[in-house]
Amino acid sequence: MLENFPLFPTQASTIAGEVDLLFFFLIAVASFFTGLIFLMVTVFAIRYRRRASDEIPKPNLGSLRLELIWTAIPLLIAMTIFGWSASLYFKMARVPDDAMDIYVVGRQWMWKFQHPEGNREINDLHVPVGRPVRLIMTSEDVIHSFYVPAFRMKMDVLPGRYHTTWFEATKPGRYHLFCAEYCGTQHSGMVGSVIAMEPRDYEAWLAGDTSGGSMAARGGKLFNQLGCVTCHVPDGSGRCPTLVGLFGNPVQLITGEQVVADEAYIRESILQPNAKIVSAYQPIMPTYQGQVSEEGILQLIAYVKSLAPASGETPGTVGPAQATPGTNPASSSQ
Amino acid sequence: MSTQIEPRKVETELVGTPAPNYLTNGFGLKSWLLTIDHKRIAILYLVSITAMFFLGGLFALLIRLELLTPQGDLMEAEMYNRMFTMHGIVMIFFFLIPSVPAVLGNFLVPMMIGARDLAFPRINLLSWYIFVIGAIITLSAVILGGVDTGWTFYAPFSTTYSNSNVALAAVGVFITGFSSILTGLNFVVTIHKMRAPGMTWFRLPLFIWSHYATSLIMILGTPVLAIAIVLVAMDRLFRFGIFDPALGGDPLLFQHLFWYYSHPAVYIMILPSMGVVSELVTCFSRKRIFGYTFVAFSSLAIAVYGFLVWGHHMFTSGQSIYAGLLFSVLSFLVAIPSAIKVFNWSATMYKGSISYETPMLYAFGFIGLFTIGGLTGLFLAATSVDVHVHDTYFVVAHFHYIMVGGAIMGFLGGLHFWWPKITGRLFPEAWGKFAVLMVFAGFNLTFFPQFVLGYLGMPRRYHAYPDEYQVLNVMSTAGASILGVGYLIPMVYFLWSLRYGALAGPNPWGAKGLEWTTPSPPPTENFDETPIVTEEAYAYSKEEPEIVGGKQSTRASLR
Repeated sequence: MLENFPLFPTQASTIAGEVDLLFFFLIAVASFFTGLIFLMVTVFAIRYRRRASDEIPKPNLGSLRLELIWTAIPLLIAMTIFGWSASLYFKMARVPDDAMDIYVVGRQWMWKFQHPEGNREINDLHVPVGRPVRLIMTSEDVIHSFYVPAFRMKMDVLPGRYHTTWFEATKPGRYHLFCAEYCGTQHSGMVGSVIAMEPRDYEAWLAGDTSGGSMAARGGKLFNQLGCVTCHVPDGSGRCPTLVGLFGNPVQLITGEQVVADEAYIRESILQPNAKIVSAYQPIMPTYQGQVSEEGILQLIAYVKSLAPASGETPGTVGPAQATPGTNPASSSQ
Repeated sequence: MSTQIEPRKVETELVGTPAPNYLTNGFGLKSWLLTIDHKRIAILYLVSITAMFFLGGLFALLIRLELLTPQGDLMEAEMYNRMFTMHGIVMIFFFLIPSVPAVLGNFLVPMMIGARDLAFPRINLLSWYIFVIGAIITLSAVILGGVDTGWTFYAPFSTTYSNSNVALAAVGVFITGFSSILTGLNFVVTIHKMRAPGMTWFRLPLFIWSHYATSLIMILGTPVLAIAIVLVAMDRLFRFGIFDPALGGDPLLFQHLFWYYSHPAVYIMILPSMGVVSELVTCFSRKRIFGYTFVAFSSLAIAVYGFLVWGHHMFTSGQSIYAGLLFSVLSFLVAIPSAIKVFNWSATMYKGSISYETPMLYAFGFIGLFTIGGLTGLFLAATSVDVHVHDTYFVVAHFHYIMVGGAIMGFLGGLHFWWPKITGRLFPEAWGKFAVLMVFAGFNLTFFPQFVLGYLGMPRRYHAYPDEYQVLNVMSTAGASILGVGYLIPMVYFLWSLRYGALAGPNPWGAKGLEWTTPSPPPTENFDETPIVTEEAYAYSKEEPEIVGGKQSTRASLR
């Protein structure tokens, strides 16, 4: 038991070192003030111990100057920590532009991953080092939380929403993946590993399983199976708007509003088609609630992302250029 | 409830005492269960919450035993989840929230301000009955198989997915909330309207200020919890779908409503203990409090700021990062009034006449542990560090330092301090000191390793965990057993003292304050005649005050 007894977690992501640096600063501040209070209490308790039972010390009522000092100094320190922490928080929230996407679905009690190339995993997640990875996450049931201590990152995974977060692994290795939000009986069994690999090894691993085709290809298959294609005709001549070149671009709604077609918008349009009606179209689409799984929806999204305009850029580039940075672009059912 | 047992003991022990007092005023069960004497109601509360404390402690013991080994081998995951849920519900709603206010506050608020009773004695008794009914309903949920949602009742797990007695436990917590509201209401009215002649606001003991602040939170916060809990029950029983995304609801709304009460609830637990510590530090230093107005207003500041920081429980929940920053900066601000209090307590000891009786040792313990608890709160207010430690043992360690290290140390310190007043008997001092040391050492051994565990990444509410966390968990469990013994010792000698303790006399500590001017135990009417207050609180010296530092006393400027 004693041979495996770490006191500090491994640093394995680009932000881990920065979080730890702030953590050490906080430890220094906390130790200083704890030491100061302990010292004051101990010294006063000994130095001014009662020497005679009828001893009456002189009162002192207080000092405005001292009160101001011990209000201002802690305030200054607290605001320093706030500023430092806030700038790092922004950095953690901003997904780098060149991030690769991985789709995550949590359910009681497992993690399901899909790589755009088509590989699917349960509880183990393979990623390359040296490349930012954006996670697009949702839950099939209750709230879970995706937590990798070695990466110092955590994000709750909610049903009915896409939460986005990212990390960039720096060291190949196998790291704990925990569910951090209590999710029911086997909560402590909802664990897995993130396996960070050299990019070459990762490519080899990706190539190992190509059975079902890419996510977009699977999504395309679903698109035909569910009959979406009968109305959403690529050239725009159908009863419903074309989806070519849709992703990441603004959509004009019948209410006069404009929304950006992100993952949350597409998900909502599949499950609650009448929530946002595209301008000049009729609300004729039926809901697909219950007919397509969360993973299926993610495949459909990957398919829509892959539908670039014919004369435009090459397929696949529309996807990552998502307009909204930050951790919470997705608030679908609001 | 076990309420019938202890009062009967109390009454037999004190039959021999000559002066008639509140304990000799009726001996039958009816004289207790229908009493409207705030002091007797305090005893009823003391017995009930002590029972709940040991029940919650039993759950804690089973949790710590399970965590001795990485595999979940002592009990099934299902049972473990029920254990930590019930530990949280019992300790928070049925012990910590009522602890200091309902026992010491009930007993002392009227006595400290020179009143005969609280403003609404019958409502006071009603609040105890509501508490007992809530407790019985929640405990019946335990007996029927327990609850497994965690004390936080997060939706949609609690509304849709849990197969346990959520609705019943929720109804129990809902009902108990009203007891808290009524107590708060009673205190506010009493403090406003029933102060003795000459007892101006700035002559009030700081215990009263802290209870006033606490009462405001109870009155304003508890209804929001009640709403949140009713909505959970409605979702569960009638599929309202308020929090269920499948029905168009929003699970984050629940978290907002829940923490809107439950963060201020932390201040319901800690503020009254801070009031106790102000009384202890002054008495055992024989000094007026340093910076009275700052200590008094910091209580109010904590109560007000406390309502604006709930979102710091949600930094990883997906709330907007801008909201996160706002809650972060407000959380840093709420640390300041706490720091002011700690500095003023320390400064009060400067050039004092300090003695080390048991209650003062609890005050030392409170200051030390609360300081650590408060400073580790800064780690959690810092958004980017919180992302890593949120929902890990770091948070568990932090809030136990506040609630156990702070609130319970304050409660025990206060109970020791006023025990001679409440019962007329002294407890054995040597055993008292021994117990404090056990509690202090056991507490640190239990919870300090959990900070390390948390930063290593061990999530909370885990029934089984990776092997490398075992050593620290073993340390924690070892500490918990010492802590448990430390809590049992006072229980034993308090009961012992009821029969064998030396008679206390009206003022065994040489303390100031109106409650010490009346016999121990006090007469039913508290005072033979209404006291007239002519001096400041903590007037341990009649000499002219020495003014240190600033040119004018801030205290004097407010007179």
